[in-house]
Amino acid sequence: MSALDAATVERAVTTFIVDNFLFGNAADAPARDASFMETGLIDSTGVLELVAFVESTYAIKVGDDELVPENLDSVANLAAFVAKKAG
Amino acid sequence: MALSWDVLALDYDAEADRIGGELRRIIAHECKRRGLVVALSGGIDSSCVAALATRALGKAKVFGIHMPERDSSAETIKLSRSVSDTFGFDSVLEEITPVLDGYGCYRRRDEAIRMVFPEFGPGWKSKIVLPGLTGGELNVYSLVVQKPDGTIEKQRLPLPAYLQIVAATNFKQRTRKTFEYYHADRLHYAVSGTPNRLEYDQGFFVKGGDGLADVKPIAHLYKTQVYAMARHLGVPVDICNRAPTTDTYSLAQGQDEFYFALPYREMDLCLWGKNHGVAPAEVAPTVGLTADQVERVYRDIDQKRATTRYLGLAPQLVGAIPEIKH
Repeated sequence: MSALDAATVERAVTTFIVDNFLFGNAADAPARDASFMETGLIDSTGVLELVAFVESTYAIKVGDDELVPENLDSVANLAAFVAKKAG
Repeated sequence: MALSWDVLALDYDAEADRIGGELRRIIAHECKRRGLVVALSGGIDSSCVAALATRALGKAKVFGIHMPERDSSAETIKLSRSVSDTFGFDSVLEEITPVLDGYGCYRRRDEAIRMVFPEFGPGWKSKIVLPGLTGGELNVYSLVVQKPDGTIEKQRLPLPAYLQIVAATNFKQRTRKTFEYYHADRLHYAVSGTPNRLEYDQGFFVKGGDGLADVKPIAHLYKTQVYAMARHLGVPVDICNRAPTTDTYSLAQGQDEFYFALPYREMDLCLWGKNHGVAPAEVAPTVGLTADQVERVYRDIDQKRATTRYLGLAPQLVGAIPEIKH
């Protein structure tokens, strides 16, 4: 299998958000670089749901010290982090 | 210029008079009830509300309820009784442990703990904690357990376990509120809520539990002011000298490790500074932090306001009913 690319993860994370947090309303999906915390769309519980989603989807384990905004606070940050970790 | 602690100073006699006037007006004219029920936890907030209510309404119009449960500290009932004894109002002890057992509160909580520590059982103790201000972490809870041999272990909580522990534990606050309304309905009294400003602002309460009330007499007072008011009104010193605790988990748990980023005194000043547009650099030297750390506390305040907004929302309607005004 080729290395996971960030664009693929971004699509998967956005689909997860739309399906699970927005009842399918893709028009409300966050911009790829929008801060979850600043826009208020996804709170800390939502971030943990995203962490659980990427852990199970990509068979990775996110460490306590990796739970920082640089890794998790936008679709783009999360995808880049996951791609690097799974790659 | 460094922000002074004096910004939290109040004329406590005048403020107690003002709160008293508002309590009489709200209970008589808004609620149309004849007195006030106060659940006594042995903590500073409920003790202060009981003292204010007695001063405002007279001891014959205040009714206290003591509701310790299996995980409460052994001191709880002694402290809460010292409040009803000091102020001379009637009170009753309600044993809520059997009710909580009936709901499966302890069983459901322990089942969630075993998702993380499979061997958890009798003789173990537990609590959940936040990381605090040391790192740049998100507010992710960890579970701390103490084994029967005294050793302590800590693990990050996966979301389903965290949510179930909180959901099960919330039976405690909601059960207490059910008893408060039983006695309020029986006596035709109103029910008090006892949050201080930090708790009210930051959503540190259970919706339908301690968040439910007819009047919240000290929600505008910073915790530092609640302590000072309690001392002013003669709340027993053992209560005034005790550190804030949740008294909800079987391992002793400070409110600052469970919810707030800082001990209450420093948290009060940060919240006051933020509310009054004071720059972090002016708050920092007074509370013994760097400007960056105060900035992080400010962000945490905003984050908790956003995350807990749901807790304070009235039930949302999807069509206007202009005839009914709240």
